Amino acid sequence: MDFIGAYAPSHLTFLLEGFWVTLQVAFLSIALSFVVSVIVGVIRYARIPVLSQVLATAVELVRNLPLLLIIFFTYFALPEIGIKLDKFYAAILALVIFESAMISEIVRSGLNSIEKGQIEAARSSGLTYMQTLWHVVLPQALRRMVPPMVSQFISLLKDTSLAVVIALPELMNHAQIINGRNVNYVIPTFLLVAVMYFVVNYALSIISKRLENRHA
Amino acid sequence: MIDMSILFDHWDMFLQGFGNTLKASLLALIGSFLLGTLMAVFRIAPVRPLNWLGTAYVEFIRNIPLILVVFVFFVGLPAIGIRLESFVAGTLGLTVYTAAFIAETIRAGILAVSKGQTEAARSSGLTYVQTMRYVVLPQAIKIVIPPMGNQFINLVKNSSVLGVIAGLDLMYFGDLISADTFVTFDVYIFVAVFYLILTLPLSLLVGYLERRLARAR
Amino acid sequence: MKKSVWKKVTGLGLVLMLGASVLAGCGAGKTSEGASQGGQAASGAAAGTVAKIKERGKFVVGVKYDLNLFGLKDPATGNVEGFDIDIAKAIAKKVLGDENKIELKEVTSKTRIPMLKNGEIDAIIATMTVTEERKKEVDFSDIYFMAGQSLLVKKDSPINGLKDLQKGMKVVTAKGSTSAKNIREKAPDVEVLEFENYAEAFTALKAGQGDALTTDNALLYGMAKQDPNYRVTEETFTEEPYGIAINKGDAEFVKTVNDLLKEMKDNGEYDKIYEKWIGEKPKK
Repeated sequence: MDFIGAYAPSHLTFLLEGFWVTLQVAFLSIALSFVVSVIVGVIRYARIPVLSQVLATAVELVRNLPLLLIIFFTYFALPEIGIKLDKFYAAILALVIFESAMISEIVRSGLNSIEKGQIEAARSSGLTYMQTLWHVVLPQALRRMVPPMVSQFISLLKDTSLAVVIALPELMNHAQIINGRNVNYVIPTFLLVAVMYFVVNYALSIISKRLENRHA
Repeated sequence: MIDMSILFDHWDMFLQGFGNTLKASLLALIGSFLLGTLMAVFRIAPVRPLNWLGTAYVEFIRNIPLILVVFVFFVGLPAIGIRLESFVAGTLGLTVYTAAFIAETIRAGILAVSKGQTEAARSSGLTYVQTMRYVVLPQAIKIVIPPMGNQFINLVKNSSVLGVIAGLDLMYFGDLISADTFVTFDVYIFVAVFYLILTLPLSLLVGYLERRLARAR
Repeated sequence: MKKSVWKKVTGLGLVLMLGASVLAGCGAGKTSEGASQGGQAASGAAAGTVAKIKERGKFVVGVKYDLNLFGLKDPATGNVEGFDIDIAKAIAKKVLGDENKIELKEVTSKTRIPMLKNGEIDAIIATMTVTEERKKEVDFSDIYFMAGQSLLVKKDSPINGLKDLQKGMKVVTAKGSTSAKNIREKAPDVEVLEFENYAEAFTALKAGQGDALTTDNALLYGMAKQDPNYRVTEETFTEEPYGIAINKGDAEFVKTVNDLLKEMKDNGEYDKIYEKWIGEKPKK
């Protein structure tokens, strides 16, 4: 094991560069899958005919497939049907598809957890269905969704590492390049990489706990 | 339409991969159940150092990517002289990773059994271990079964990382076939179908169990 | 293929569409460093790569980042260097008059053909062997390098060639490479393990996950240079002619590249690049 060689300044900046890409991909994917999930979740909650059933099937299928397969799919198979994305966007698309399927379920169960009595009260006080959804149900449901959603975001951040298979220059990819130089760098590099993921994810989970306590 | 000949021409590869995916998932399920239970017990046992150990394990592993854990087994251990085959390294990585989640599932199940029951059992003269064995665990297991089912589904999906370290699983062979034939779309659809054969029934079963449990409460 | 596609995917396809449209909407207003010309590229159709390069003012080329001597990214400087890169620079100079007007993109044996078809890159210069099968997918320039498949083994390994590979041994290589097919044919008893790229394969070899790594000797020399604990066996058991891959039907660009290669061989520039990386004069 060669900690000094593995932690040479050039290696550290190289890893940080990779981590920056990881964070970019994670952030964009989180933002997009949040939006998609709320839309899908609301459509399913409102039981809009046909669309709701189609989405239910899609969610069930995607949820039961490995993310790795979806990454391969968006990068290697989509070009065959004319959708061409470079690896940065292919990775984000795969993450958004997969995580939206997971998160929309969180949204749906969050919406379902709002007592029916409240909805009836809101409706009878003259609000339309959409107004009720927007002003009464969604804000409360979103608050309840925070903890499971944050833990799904943590999963997402970890899952970005799977894009190593399409050689996206993220943290894991850069770690493997350094590992390729010398076997003695492997363990020190993995250790550092683990710490980098851990710090961000653990911070996220603490923030989530704080939010949870505040709303409780 | 989908070119079925790709499926038939490479049938033995798909089948071997499917078998290995199932094998890795089952082995890792058993392993991570044992390790996860141990860690859950560590976390709630009335012994401080064990609490710390359990918490450290769960928190650390939960917050790092699976592929990193697998790489540690595949290229990290050999760096210190321990060499494992791809399949073994991958399955061990899956086990260690999944155990952290299972530990949390089991701990939540145990905590869900009301404190009052535990205290009643203790005050009626049962030891801590007896209380666990006869009062808490039997109830906890019922609560834990649906989330354990979800963990198994995750395990089947996550076993696809074996494909990255040449672990001879479904993902590995699927990827190989697509690289060799230049047919990507169809091959990945077949791979997806094979995964769904494993995960969809499980998912439906878990949904059923969850609903039944919800009604029972 | 294209017509029947939507029949193939039902639910999955819808989610894909949804995701794609959201992405497209957000990607449009943004020019991040990851953005490419992918959107406007026409696949298959000979849109005229030369014109595209000139219009863009930049030659976008797919090269390897993990191959010493041919295309290796140095983490310290961030530069990618090697034989293939020098050839790419020569093309940029020929088309645009400036060898620095290039943009390199990392490819692997598996990703390179999809990326070329995507329009993500103008050409592949990535130690790519010309094969009949690949000719169905892409067009090739004239041969610019002649390699042969060989084995990389530990210094003290008893393996010196194909005949020493015995049943139960493991040979590692990269997915989508010709090397995997060749070794399966020539040494049917060994177990072949394929990784995402050569860096992963070499890491696996170093980790003792294989007894030998097989690919073209040109690449193996680079690896042996990187880690002196490994050596390349003398024997080569295939001929691997490398060509530059260009989108199908773009005869103009193929001719441009071929003219340039000939020019370089005539004026000695090719020999210079060859010697710089391989350490000897090219065999005639």
